[in-house]
Amino acid sequence: MADSAAAPHAAPNTGGAEVTKRDFLKLVTAAGAAVGVGAIVWPLVDSMNPAADVLALSSTTVDLAPVQVGQAITVMWRGKPVFVRHRSAEEIAKAKADDKGRLPDPMTDAARVKPGKEQWLIVVGICTHLGCVPIGNRSTEVRGEYGGWFCPCHGSHYDTSGRIRLGPAPANLAVPPYAFEGDTKIKIG
Amino acid sequence: MAGLHKSEFQNPVINWIDSRLPVFTMLQKEYGVFPTPRNFNYLWNFGALAMINLVIMIATGIFLAMNYTPHATMAFDSVERIMRDVNYGWLLRYVHMNGASMFFIVVYIHMFRGLYYGSYKTPRELLWILGVIILLLMMATAFMGYVLPWGQMSYWGATVITNLFSAFPIIGDSIVTWLWGGFSVDNPTLNRFFSLHYLLPFVLVGVVFLHIAALHITGSNNPLGIDVKGPQDTLPFHPYYTIKDSVGICVYLLVFACFVFFAPNYLGHPDNYIPANPLVTPAHIVPEWYFLPFYAILRSVPDKLGGVLLMFASIGVLALLPWLDTSPVRSARFRPIYRILFWVLAVACVVLGVCGAKPAEGIWVVLSRIATAYYFLHFLVILPVLGKFERTLPLPESISRAVLPTGGGGPLPGGAAAKPMEKA
Repeated sequence: MADSAAAPHAAPNTGGAEVTKRDFLKLVTAAGAAVGVGAIVWPLVDSMNPAADVLALSSTTVDLAPVQVGQAITVMWRGKPVFVRHRSAEEIAKAKADDKGRLPDPMTDAARVKPGKEQWLIVVGICTHLGCVPIGNRSTEVRGEYGGWFCPCHGSHYDTSGRIRLGPAPANLAVPPYAFEGDTKIKIG
Repeated sequence: MAGLHKSEFQNPVINWIDSRLPVFTMLQKEYGVFPTPRNFNYLWNFGALAMINLVIMIATGIFLAMNYTPHATMAFDSVERIMRDVNYGWLLRYVHMNGASMFFIVVYIHMFRGLYYGSYKTPRELLWILGVIILLLMMATAFMGYVLPWGQMSYWGATVITNLFSAFPIIGDSIVTWLWGGFSVDNPTLNRFFSLHYLLPFVLVGVVFLHIAALHITGSNNPLGIDVKGPQDTLPFHPYYTIKDSVGICVYLLVFACFVFFAPNYLGHPDNYIPANPLVTPAHIVPEWYFLPFYAILRSVPDKLGGVLLMFASIGVLALLPWLDTSPVRSARFRPIYRILFWVLAVACVVLGVCGAKPAEGIWVVLSRIATAYYFLHFLVILPVLGKFERTLPLPESISRAVLPTGGGGPLPGGAAAKPMEKA
C-alpha cells in the first residue's frame, strides 16, 4: 500500500539497484522499531529474574558449637540446603591425600576450606548434575565410595572434600561464600 | 448489496448471519461436504480424539483453577481441598490428571500412524512440522501442570528439568536463575508455571487451528498413501466420518473412564502425595510415563551437555523427517523393509520408555544406549539410504480401484464414476 502510493516519488524503476532516500527511511524506521520492541520486551523478561525480596534473603548465620566431630547439619541458604560438616582428622587426611588422585574437577582440599578451620567443610548440598540433594549428611546414610556424599538420582559420588569423583556430575559441590564471625559462628552469603 | 456473501441456507436467521459472516458456509464446506478419502481405517480417528481431549483439558482446567492456589505454602493443600471439599472436585482433578495421559496416548498413536503411512511426506511437510510444534507445546504444558500440586515429584521434577538448562556453557546458570526467579525452585517458579500452564493450552488451540487449516489444503493422507484422483475416491466428511469418529470417541471415553473411575492414580507416582520438601530428594525420581523415553535418552549419555542436546535432538529430528525419508512411496504397506523397521523403531521407543523408569545402572544403561543409537540411526541413516535401495510393491491405480468390491467401476472419471460410489 505504502509502496504503490510512494511509487511516483521514488526513483524510476530501473531494476531496483539504486539506493533511494526511501530505502534509507525504511531502514531507519525498522531499526527504530526494533530498538523500541527491545526496550518494551526487556522489562517483561527481567521481571522473571530474582526480585529484590528474594535477593534480600541471601545470607544466613549458623552456630557451629553444637556440631560434634563426625556430625553434619543441613541449613537453608537461598532456598537451598547447605551442608556443614565437622570432619574428623582421618577424613581431612583422606581429602588431602586425594588431592593428587583422579579428580574430574581438580581442586585441592585446602582451597575448599578456610585456613586453620580445616575441620569445617561447608558446601551447597545440591548435586551439580541436575540439582538433587545428595544423601550422606547423616552418618547412617549411604556416603558413596569416597565417604562423602552420594546422589541417589543419577549416581554421583562425592568425597570428604565434596569433590566429584564418580558419576555424571560435572563439578564439585559448590563452596558458598562464607566467613567466620568468631570461633564457632559463620555467616553464609 | 455489494460485499455480502451469497448464502445458500434456507433458514432466514442462518441466512442473515451467513450472508454477513459465512461461518455456516465454511463449516458446511470444511466439515460437511469436505471430500475425504473413502478408505480411512480407525487409526484416522486419533486427530479428532486429540481435539476432543484438548477441549476436555481446557474445560476441566478452567474449573480447577477456580479452586487452586498457586502459592508454595498453599498449593498442596488447595489440591487436597479440591479432592475432599469441592463438589465434584475429585472428578475434575482426576479427569484433568488422567486426561494428560490420555492426550499423550492419543497423540503418540496419531504420530506413529503418520510414521507408518508416510503422512509427513510432500505435500504435507508443514502439516507434520506444525504437529511437532504441537507436541513440544504439549510437553511444556504437561510438565508445568505436573509441578502445580507441589508434591515431592512436582518439586524435584521441576528441579531436574529446569537444571537441564544449566548444561549450556557460560549462560546456563543465568538461564536457570531466570527460569526460577530465585536461587532454587520456589514460590516465584510455581507462580510463573501456573501462569504459563494456563496460557499455553490457548497457544495450542492456535497451532491446532493452523494444523487443521494446512490439512484442509492438502487433504488427508490415507492407508494406501496414494493421492485422491477424483470424486470416486472420496466420501463427504459428514455423515461418513463424523459417524466413524463418533465410534472411536465412544471407545476412547470408555478407556478414559476406566482410568478415572477405577485406577485414577495408576499412571501417577505415589510420592507426589508427599508435600514438596526442598531438603530431601526422593530416592528414585521418575518423570511422568510420557516423558520416559526422552528421559532415557538424556541418561544414556554420560556427559551432561551431551545428554541434554541429544534429548532435544530426538524431537528436532522429527521436524526434519520429511526430508530425511527419501522414498517417494508413502504407505508402509508398499514398503516391505520399511514396514519391518517401523516396528523396530516402535520397539526401540518402548524399550526407551521402560529404561527411563528404571534406575540408571547395569543392564538398563546398556539397553537405553542401544535403543537411543537405533532411534537416531533410524532417522539419520537408515531412512535416507533405504529410500534409494528399497524395492517397493506396485501401487494401486486409485483408491476406489483398490478398495471397492466392484473395482470402482472402471477408470472413468466424472459423472459415470460417481454412480458406483453411491451404490457402495
